[in-house]
This record gives sequence, structure tokens and C-alpha cells, in this order.
Amino acid sequence: MTLIKNRTVVDNTFRRLADADALPPSGDVLVSLERWISQHDALRAHSGQVGVVLTGEHDVREHAQLLLDRPVIALEFPKFADGRCYSHARILREQLGFTGELRAIGDVLRDQLFYLYRCGIDAFELAPGVRPDSALEGFRDFSVVYQPAADEPLPLFRRA
Amino acid sequence: MYQYTEEDQRIVRERVEQFRGQVARRLSGELTEDQFRPLRLMNGLYLQRHAYMLRVAIPYGLLSSQQMRQLAMIARTYDRGYGHFTTRQNIQYNWPRLEQVPDLLSDLADVEMHAIQTSGNCIRNISSDHFAGIAKDEIEDPRPYCEILRQWSTFHPEFSYLPRKFKIAVTGAQNDRTAVVLHDIGVRIVRNDAGEVGFAIIVGGGMGRTPVIGTVIREFLPREDLLTYCEAVLRVYNLYGDRKNKFKARIKITLKTLGADEFTRRVEEEWERIRETGLKLTQAEIDRVKAYFVDPPYDATAAQRADISAQVAADDRFARWLKRNTFEHKVDGYTAVYVSLKSLEQPPGDVTDAQMDAIADLADAFSFGRIRTTHDQNLVLSDVETARLHELWQRLDALGLASPNIGTLTDLICCPGLDFCALANAGSISVARQITEHFDDLDYLYDLGDVKLKMSGCINACGHHHAGHIGILGINKAGEEYYQIMLGGSAEDDASLGKWIGPAIAQHEVSDAVQKIVDVYLEQREEGERFLDTYRRIGPEPFKNRVYGQPAA
Repeated sequence: MTLIKNRTVVDNTFRRLADADALPPSGDVLVSLERWISQHDALRAHSGQVGVVLTGEHDVREHAQLLLDRPVIALEFPKFADGRCYSHARILREQLGFTGELRAIGDVLRDQLFYLYRCGIDAFELAPGVRPDSALEGFRDFSVVYQPAADEPLPLFRRA
Repeated sequence: MYQYTEEDQRIVRERVEQFRGQVARRLSGELTEDQFRPLRLMNGLYLQRHAYMLRVAIPYGLLSSQQMRQLAMIARTYDRGYGHFTTRQNIQYNWPRLEQVPDLLSDLADVEMHAIQTSGNCIRNISSDHFAGIAKDEIEDPRPYCEILRQWSTFHPEFSYLPRKFKIAVTGAQNDRTAVVLHDIGVRIVRNDAGEVGFAIIVGGGMGRTPVIGTVIREFLPREDLLTYCEAVLRVYNLYGDRKNKFKARIKITLKTLGADEFTRRVEEEWERIRETGLKLTQAEIDRVKAYFVDPPYDATAAQRADISAQVAADDRFARWLKRNTFEHKVDGYTAVYVSLKSLEQPPGDVTDAQMDAIADLADAFSFGRIRTTHDQNLVLSDVETARLHELWQRLDALGLASPNIGTLTDLICCPGLDFCALANAGSISVARQITEHFDDLDYLYDLGDVKLKMSGCINACGHHHAGHIGILGINKAGEEYYQIMLGGSAEDDASLGKWIGPAIAQHEVSDAVQKIVDVYLEQREEGERFLDTYRRIGPEPFKNRVYGQPAA
């Protein structure tokens, strides 16, 4: 699966673990929030990096203390039209000060990348079939924006 | 009116190119129809019964004559020579071809227009009072706030994939003409006890399958907090709105499910977090946008020429039109004029390209080049010198745009229905025609007075039937078109939702049923009562009994 980070195609070192999968002895993994909570000590002791997957259903603020030191938080889009994780991303970046990687996973398509990026998501696992070159063009859809968001603290009317 | 800055223009141009690319990727097969659908919808492009339909935004219902001429050109070039003005103050074209839509959008961008967010699960075009800026009962002109909201909501990165569509209306008048309580957010300009101007925020109103009158969640919001507060409402909705069941996805259900108190608590809590961020409005920005909405150069001597009583006395047809189709202007010597789009010749809201060009010419000649669209599917020339009303009336009459029926039974609202819409069950346009033919006696119509008849061809309620004094809904029963009738709705200050009076009736019976309903009113009304007043006083029973026959004694 193609991973784009900081607008370039990069290697994906993280492996997504289903809750039933055994923890491998080494290597970077992504686990569900539920597993991160229930196997917290074991996962903290893992030699590789551990990222946490959030879905639209989760309450980001409720779990903030468990999340903010993670190298990666992955936001899952089961369908691209499920927009809850856009709010999660902005809350994590703008209100909770998360500075690690925010990664969009799931149904991640070219035509949403511009908005996802604006909300503070900086890494994108493209859905199967999305051409990376086409996706990279998506970041350039607009050269000016009205609203403040994670990428721009000021609205157009406050920018000189 | 507002004029684009370089940035506004650039955003709209880049949108045209973005959509051109999306269409090309759809045509090449790179995008599936499932992937393309939300993208085209967010640009107002629907797949209808026969063809694509494009909905063009008319922000808060304000048009220049130059824009109207471009809409006429588009009707000629890309459509079959007409356009349809909608109940949300927009215009729709029924016959564009997909591959031509990018060029059409480019032609719109030439006159600072677009189709951005006219559909889809995002924040839609902001609607407002068609008499904004000229009404005597106005606390403050709502249009600058509409424009500020338009910019904030345009390509909002967080709120482009909401649970469902989201409609905002702003009114600045004491008498609401925007159905402000029937929107996802209704913004009402108010003055508080200290004399400061701010906003009352109403959330969770709407029509559709589950009509609800909105709840005031904040009595007074300071001006500079408009955007931060709306952002808080939208964030709560985006996070907690129902995403499993499309029929429970509007914010009105979110508010009901959480309870108004808990919903409001969450909004206020979120607002406190973001209230002092960069999104807070500045006086400089409010002043900048307000400067676009200054009065046109009215003639100070107009009031001296405003006595037109001789023309009124000499011409009954003019007198009738004057009585029904004009509205008092805040400036002495000026009058606002309705251009009636309700006649036997065309479906409600339809205008030909030639009529659009002619209306643009009249706007230039009589109204400083300004035109408004109304949610009753008419147009308004907002700033006409009273002394020139007779001349304007003659010109409108020659164009078939002076039906003296504004506010009467035949000024009815109607969706496109089965003739165009893929969702419709019923041919609302032909029923509209049946009613208009039946009630063609003007003296009779005037005697009936103010009656709002609103008709939808399906339960999605584009024709706002819940808010009609008389509401009519088309349904499908075993392949046949039937019509249900409701009474007692209103979208104005006394907002209420209509109630069904009984089983559905066949299409050919509709105008007879309407006749029976107004007969009851004429028999039972008391001095000065409108239809709605009588209905509220005597209740539905007498109307039910007349339409469906007396119950056995």
C-alpha cells in the first residue's frame, strides 16, 4: 500500500495488527485503541514503535493522555464520506498539541487529500487503485484558503 | 453588492479546474461513479430522470444585471433556453451535458458565480431575506454576515463530509422572511437590552421527512463570535450526528437525540475552547464586507414625485398589481417590486433566456442593476422609483411577468416533480397548473387574500409543503399518483408545521379539494382573518368534513 508523507512517497515501516494477531517480536506496529488500553504494559515494552488507530466513534479528548506521546496516530476512514476523523485531526493538532505523525488509513482517495492535509493529517495510506502521481496533484487543488485550520492559524481576513 | 477580491476569484477559478480534472477522471474511468457522486454533488450536479441537473448558487439571493445576462446566455448555450429558480434562491439548469459542465462553470466564474456546495453533505448556499437592505423593519442588513459565512463555509476542510446536508439562513428583519426557524442553523440579528446588535442562534429546524421547528440555543451572540460559534455547532454535529441512518442524520435529530440541553452544553463547551482563536471576527473584516453593501445612489427628490394616485385611479389592472406585487421601501419615493414567476404559461419559478435578458435590462433601467431571488420562487427589483412604477408594470406585463398574484393562492411553490426529478412520485408541475387554471378569477383570489400553497412531489419536501397554509404532497400508491393535503403550516414569524387532514386523493381531485377548503374559510372567516387565522381558530374538522364528506350524524 502506497504511503505518502510530507507530499512524497515513502516506505511504510508500520504493520497494522488485528486485535487477534500476536505481537511480533520486533518491528513497528499499529494497534487499535482498545488493544493499546488493554495490553498497555506489554505494548510499551515492545522494541519497535507502536502507533494507535482511532476511528470516528472514539472520543479523542477522553483518551488524550494515552495518545499524545505516540509516534503515529492513525485515523481510520471506513468510507471516505465519513467525516468524523477530520474533526479528530483538528482537535489533536490544534487543541491537544499532538506533534507526531497523523496518518489517514482506509478509504483514502485523491480528492480528499487537500482537506485531510488542512486538518493536520500529514501521512496518507492510499486506498488500492489510487495512483500516487495523481494523488500528489491533489495537494495543489487550491493555492488560497479562507479558513484557519491545522495548516494555517489565521483566516484569510487576518492574513496581511 | 459584494465584489470578488483577487483571492475570491482565484478560489473560484481553481475550483473550475479541479472539477474539470474530476470530470476527466470520471470520463476516463479512473473515478468510479460511487467515488464521483459526492464530488459532483458538492458542485451541484445531480443525475436526474433524463439528464444531469446543475444547481448554481445565488449567494443570499442577490444578482446583478450582468450576472442575470450570463445566466440567460448559459440557458441558451448549455440548456434548452430556460432556467428554474428554486425555493433556496438558487437557479437550476435541467439539461447540461457532463463534459460541458466545466466550461459552464468557467462562464459562471467570469461573472463571480459558481455552483460550489449547492448540494452534497456540506454547508450549502446561505439564504437570506429578499428585502435585505431595503426593508423598514430591519435591525441590520444581514448580507455582510451572509458573505462572511459564505467565505468561511467555502471548502471548509473539516465540514465537507458531514452526516447530511447543512443549511444556514440569516435574517436581519423583525418580520422573518427567510423561514429562519426551518434551517439547520438560523441566524437572527437581534438587539439586546444594552442596545448592542448581535445574533440569536436557532439550531435544528428543517423540513424533509421529519419537519421540526428549530430551538434557540443562544439568545444573544456577540457579532465577532459568529464564525467561532457556527464552527462549534458544526463540530458537535460532525462528531455526533447519526452516520448510520440517512433519515436520522440531520442536525435536528442530533439535537433531539442528545436533548437540547446536552446539545447546547456541548456546543458551548467547544465554543469556549475556540472562541479566542484566529477565527474570531474583527471589526475591520465586518467593516470591509459591510462596505460592499452600501445603498445605491437614491435620488433625494424621488419622494416629491411619489404620488401616483392618478395612475392608480385610471387603471384597475395597474392598481391590482400595485396592491399585490410591491413592497414598501425604507426610502420614501422608492418601492420594491416583485417579478411574478407564477403564470399559466410556465411552471412556477421557470424563466426563459429571453425573459432573463429582459429582466436584466429592466433592472438596469429601473433598479440600479439589482435583482433578488425569493424563496417563493419569484424575483424582486429592489429599488424602483415609485414615480416609474406604472412604466415598469407595463414593461413587465408585456413580458408575462406581472401576474398580480403575489401572496395569493396561485403564487404557489412547487418542486420540479416527476417531470425532472429522479426522486419524485408525482407530477407537481401539472397539479400546479390545474390549480392555477381553476383559480383564475383575480377578484376571487384577492378576496381569498394571503394563502400560501406549497407542494412537493415527494417526502423530501423541496416544495416545503409542511410550511404551507395549504400543503400538498405527491405520493405513489400502486403506481398511481395520489396527493395528501395538510393544513396549518407557516414559515413566517408564527412558524408552525401543517397537519394531514385525511387520506390521499387522486390527481384530478386536487383543485376541487382546494376549492372545498377555501369554501370553508370563506364561510367561516371573521373580520380581518387570513386563511391561516381561521384555520387556527376553528381547527381542522370543518375542513376535513368538507373534503371527505360529513361524518354520519
